[in-house]
Amino acid sequence: MSHWIILPIVLPAFLAPFIVLAARYHIVIQRSVSLAGVFALVVVAAGLAWQASDGTVTLYQLGDWAAPFGIVLVADRLSTLMVLLTAVLAFFVLLYAVGSRWDYRGWHFHALYQFQLMGIMGAFLTGDLFNLFVFFEVLLIASYGLMIHQGGTVRLRAGVQYVLYNLLGSTLFLFALGAIYAQTGTLNMADLAERVQLIDPSDTVGIRIAAVLLLMVFAIKAAVVPLHFWLPSSYAEAPAPVAALFAIMTKVGAYAIIRVYTMIFPPDLEATAGLHGWWLLPAALVSLAIGMVGLLAARKLDRLVAFSVIGSMGMVMISISLFTAEGITAALYYIIHSTLAAGALFLIVDLVRSSRADLMLTAQAPVAGSALTAGMFFMAAIAMAGLPPLSGFVGKLLILDASFDTGSVAWIWAVILISSLIAVVGFGRAGSVLFWKSQSVAVDPGAEVQAAPSPLSYVAVGGLLALLVAHTVLAGPMTRYTSAISAQLFAPEPYIATVLDTPGKLSDPYSDTDEEEAH
Amino acid sequence: MSLFLVVALPFLGALLPGLMNTAGRAACAGVTFAVSLAAFVGLLTNLPAVLAGEMVTARIDWIPLLGLNVTLMLDGLGFFFAMLILGIGLLIITYARFYLAREDNMGEFFTYLLLFQGAMVGIVLSDNILLLLVFWELTSLSSFLLIGYWKHLPEGRQGARMALTVTGMGGLAMIGGMLILGNIVGSYDLSVILQNRELIQGSPLYLPALILILLGCFTKSAQFPFHFWLPHAMAAPTPVSAYLHSATMVKAGIFLMARMWPVLSGTPEWFVLVTGAGLITMVLGAVIALFKHDLKALLAFSTVSHLGLITMLLGTGTAFGAMAAVFHIMNHATFKAALFMSAGIIDHETHTRDIRRLGGLRHLMPVTFGIATLAALSMAGIPLLNGFLSKEMMLEEAYHTVLLDSHWLVPGLAVLGSLFSAAYCFRLIGHVFLGPVRDDYPHKPHDPEPGLWLPPAFLVVLVVGIGIAPFLVEPFVKLVTASVLGGTAELPYQHIKIWHGLVPALYMSIAAVVGGLIVVSAFNPLLRLWDAAPRPEAKRIFDAIIGGVVRLSERVIHGVHNGSFTRYAAIMTVAVVAVGYHAWATGTVGPATRVPQVASPVQIAGWAMLVAATLGLVLLHRNRLLSLVLIGIVGLVVSVGFVFFSAPDLAMTQLTVEVVTIILLLLALNFLPNRTPIESTVLRRTRDAVLAVAAGVATMALSYHYLLRDTISPSISEFHLANSYKGGGGTNVVNVILVDFRGFDTYGEIIVLGIAALLIYALTEALLDGPVRARLLNRKPTDPRAGDMHPMMMVVMTRVIMPVVMLVGFYIFLRGHNEPGGGFIAGLVVSIGFVMQYMASGFAWTSARLRYPYHGVIGAGVLTAGLTGIGSWFVGKPFLTSDYTYVRIPPFQEFELATAALFDLGVFLAVVGAVMLSLESFSRLARRAHVPDVEHPMDIDPSRDDPPDPLQPRTEA
Repeated sequence: MSHWIILPIVLPAFLAPFIVLAARYHIVIQRSVSLAGVFALVVVAAGLAWQASDGTVTLYQLGDWAAPFGIVLVADRLSTLMVLLTAVLAFFVLLYAVGSRWDYRGWHFHALYQFQLMGIMGAFLTGDLFNLFVFFEVLLIASYGLMIHQGGTVRLRAGVQYVLYNLLGSTLFLFALGAIYAQTGTLNMADLAERVQLIDPSDTVGIRIAAVLLLMVFAIKAAVVPLHFWLPSSYAEAPAPVAALFAIMTKVGAYAIIRVYTMIFPPDLEATAGLHGWWLLPAALVSLAIGMVGLLAARKLDRLVAFSVIGSMGMVMISISLFTAEGITAALYYIIHSTLAAGALFLIVDLVRSSRADLMLTAQAPVAGSALTAGMFFMAAIAMAGLPPLSGFVGKLLILDASFDTGSVAWIWAVILISSLIAVVGFGRAGSVLFWKSQSVAVDPGAEVQAAPSPLSYVAVGGLLALLVAHTVLAGPMTRYTSAISAQLFAPEPYIATVLDTPGKLSDPYSDTDEEEAH
Repeated sequence: MSLFLVVALPFLGALLPGLMNTAGRAACAGVTFAVSLAAFVGLLTNLPAVLAGEMVTARIDWIPLLGLNVTLMLDGLGFFFAMLILGIGLLIITYARFYLAREDNMGEFFTYLLLFQGAMVGIVLSDNILLLLVFWELTSLSSFLLIGYWKHLPEGRQGARMALTVTGMGGLAMIGGMLILGNIVGSYDLSVILQNRELIQGSPLYLPALILILLGCFTKSAQFPFHFWLPHAMAAPTPVSAYLHSATMVKAGIFLMARMWPVLSGTPEWFVLVTGAGLITMVLGAVIALFKHDLKALLAFSTVSHLGLITMLLGTGTAFGAMAAVFHIMNHATFKAALFMSAGIIDHETHTRDIRRLGGLRHLMPVTFGIATLAALSMAGIPLLNGFLSKEMMLEEAYHTVLLDSHWLVPGLAVLGSLFSAAYCFRLIGHVFLGPVRDDYPHKPHDPEPGLWLPPAFLVVLVVGIGIAPFLVEPFVKLVTASVLGGTAELPYQHIKIWHGLVPALYMSIAAVVGGLIVVSAFNPLLRLWDAAPRPEAKRIFDAIIGGVVRLSERVIHGVHNGSFTRYAAIMTVAVVAVGYHAWATGTVGPATRVPQVASPVQIAGWAMLVAATLGLVLLHRNRLLSLVLIGIVGLVVSVGFVFFSAPDLAMTQLTVEVVTIILLLLALNFLPNRTPIESTVLRRTRDAVLAVAAGVATMALSYHYLLRDTISPSISEFHLANSYKGGGGTNVVNVILVDFRGFDTYGEIIVLGIAALLIYALTEALLDGPVRARLLNRKPTDPRAGDMHPMMMVVMTRVIMPVVMLVGFYIFLRGHNEPGGGFIAGLVVSIGFVMQYMASGFAWTSARLRYPYHGVIGAGVLTAGLTGIGSWFVGKPFLTSDYTYVRIPPFQEFELATAALFDLGVFLAVVGAVMLSLESFSRLARRAHVPDVEHPMDIDPSRDDPPDPLQPRTEA
């Protein structure tokens, strides 16, 4: 019995209480445990991704109960990729948190960080919708804790909005789960995929509403306009490393949409036909537009980056909402890019913050280390705006190409290209004020000298940027892999068979036929 | 040398200047020069193959899925441009070494310059149009960095942003055009695309593709109406202006038009768009250039004008036009780069570029005078210089071109353009170098060191050489032209020579030069006329557009995101209800399969209480204490409901949760005002009410629908019911589901609970560090305090009851697996026991007797549950696999030992820890708020006769 799959969940779930129990007052122990844990996560995640790369679907039955009666974890190409992405991002962000001493500015940073990772990993690995809900709760409450780390009036106010909005989302999730269970009598994703095929075409209302409510829940997580209102101020006000880690959180929503709406409610399913075609793509286009327009309108750097996250989620959602193999391929490539770019940008925001009075987009006297910061900002901005030579450009080309044969190609291209231009203008303005105009401000000799950010901080940001470069250079293998993921998603039969046909406790296929009872 | 290396060398070399920066300026420029030279030599090694008419290629797959591969090709056209880029690059690097001041960061400059060089070489060698796009945008970015190189100058920053915006826009449009083109042909490889003229021109997507690609070309090559960015890019250091903005980058658009010439040209659309834009640009640029007083602005507009000339030639779609264009590209690069460098020298020496402050420099700077005059005369089209030759060819071509059914339009405009072109050249020579020597130059000028004048001098040698002996370059020009034509047209038979006889072009040329002389002699009255005439100022328009867009975005974004949570929630509600309604409206409704039960009077009564309490809550929610009471009622009715529906576990949980939350909320209320203020208008509250009712009705309808229908196949709960005892060892199915079937969910949920408690703790800490602390310290209670805060009755009773509570908790914990109960409920019950002690004797007294920190209890709980789960790994089973056995220890009866109980212990500990930590956090707030605390268990103790505590404000009470 291989337990590797559950390790990304259990490892942080052990480290966090251990830190709370034993190392509450010892920052050095906390840091060591936390860093070692996340590094181990990277290794485990890489192993899992390698194992899944040949198309193997690995099942883990919790409590030895067979699906759909117990909870299962499923590692396929998609989930392991997301787990690996999370682990890698988390590693560099944690390096930054340690390097910038952000972890020392409030209580329980490392414990909450580990719990947060547990929630995210669980959400990617679980094969059960209710379990997904539980992990959404874990990652929500942990993220709230991280968000208000160190406190402060503005941050606390933003935190309240964040948690309230997401609690509304959780409530809706419960409604949706109740509706799905009432309609199908199961919560296992693979089982659901089989049962929705049995829906009577003369009574589709139930499953339709359930499906669309669930989609709304995930759309909230993915910050699709007009369900994005929780994002701008909370990402802007959150401590930088936390905001950087949050770059993966919106992707949880995108992941869930990809998973559920290719496997359970695939685009060709009769019962749920025409549910989201009319609004998801327009909403994604508006998200992209709002994100980039918000980027232009922002008066502070942190909000600028927060809006760019909304915009990049718009890109992801445009590609997903095509619900074609090419679209998902492009979306997955872009998800990796957008996660790394957003993470790097938020950390850079903090580098900037550490050398200035505030983050207002005004010229302030230059300080030590600002040339390096400027270079990093330039690079990350290029990536985020989708200019060559970084992966944002490749992702944009993939998405444009994927949408070529669709009916709404004119709209998609127009919005993507025009909003790219707005992003270029916005980033150009911000960068030139922050890093160029400040050269014309005389340094006040009386001002206290601020220490340049620590080398470890730069290493962390540099690491993320290096990953972006690698994502670009290796775009060939990466796209080949995301297209393999996409192929696996659109042929879910092996996945479903693995989940449902593997016997567990008390489900001996030869004597006791519980499964047949259930179907 | 491999083409990869030719392209990659500048990019790799870009790392060096930054590295060598500290080694001195000569070293820094030296490595840059060496890198460029290596690439140049590498290019030249391919010359024999090119001359032999071969196509040199190199290919590496990058993203085959997209069709974006690193494929390079070198033909005559590519070689021509690459040679221009690298060759002039070498001259510019030499020039820049002496031009840049000591305080300029030379490493940074050369890094950007090499990045640009690499990108530019990449454009001209790309065989893949997507790869070409990558390099294309890279030139925009590096040009952005170079224009803004002098960061402290506002003109530099604004010019950089304007250039990036305009060329970036074109680049984005071109992405669209290239993708369309690739999709028409089915390949992004130029070598394939160039073979498919009929396919492309026959496609309905030809026109959109053409327009989008031309947008890219026109913005890059500063064609009307996108010409305005180029003069503002002149804020860059002069080497940049000479290199990027006259010789190379601005020719990228022209290069692309030439590259695409075989497949895009020859249609009426191409002709009208390209020739039209070129003509307008040529004339407009020349006219504006005449009246510019800034030397670099004059040269910038003259560049715009000449780019228009070349564009116009490409637009005609004839082979002769193409050849003239190629020849003029070559000539323009030589004389214009020389002129820019001369302008740089003048600026460098006199500290001004304003023509009105110059004059008479021929005596002071004879070398510069010679260089600049020859280059300018060539530009004016004076015989024996190369500019004359290509201008003659242009006029010849214009003479044969019919636009809009007019034989006069194109030749007329061509002559007009040439006329003004000659005029500004004469003005440049006359007003800068001729005339009397002045005594008011900002800086006394003299000829510079050779490092500055040698590069332009070299170019002027070419200007004269080609002008006198054009037959030397003719084979090369024809070679390049052949690769432009790409086999779609016959190579022109005409030869490039100085004397063609008395042809119309000669008359037109003479007219232009004579006209130019007349214009420049009447310059002053013309200038007054020009200054008096109203004309649009491009920068002001551009800034107004950008400013308007920014203001509009600010209005939209800040208007929508106004921070009002109710608005956000309202929008979300509307969205959810709307898509839900759509799902309902487009679905089919089947008949009900279940019969509704009849409600008994008790049920109706319970329902009525629930409704009444909820309605009351809505109406009275501004009184916070009252609303808490009403919430309590709702919770109690719900737990009664659970009892009625035979769910004792849920009922017990609900009941205990209710008690604990109400106590915690009461504690929180202690720090809040009694009433919620009214913050919204009646209108907004009405809106919210309507939305709330709509959502509520929708939810009700949804529940009603599902309650009346069976699941499509039997629910999984049947398995749980059947196997709870057999597989989980418990007869209480709810508990077995919680700790076994779905123990993993429970594991997650206790973690949520634990995090929530840690959060409350952290939040309290953060609050106490912040401004809230002062407010807490200065808080005056609104109501009088109770005189006896820790009454004896309560103290005695809670003490007595404590062991009982513990016992009940223990009992509930133990029976959980088979009867209603379990760790969760037990944890809540035990917590209530502790909470009672806090209430009775105060926070300080109780905390002082606390032995285990609650953080630790939570941690221990989560760890216990997790360790139970891991335990199953040792027997080769998955996480949380349960097992149970029956043991008999005399004299007790046989009892069950289940691993699930251990898991439940973890749940128990986590719940106790979480509740208590939250309570403790609130109590710390209270202690900071100076709520009087005592060290005694009760305030009035008969066994103690100490005087009343002076801190106690008992007398006021």
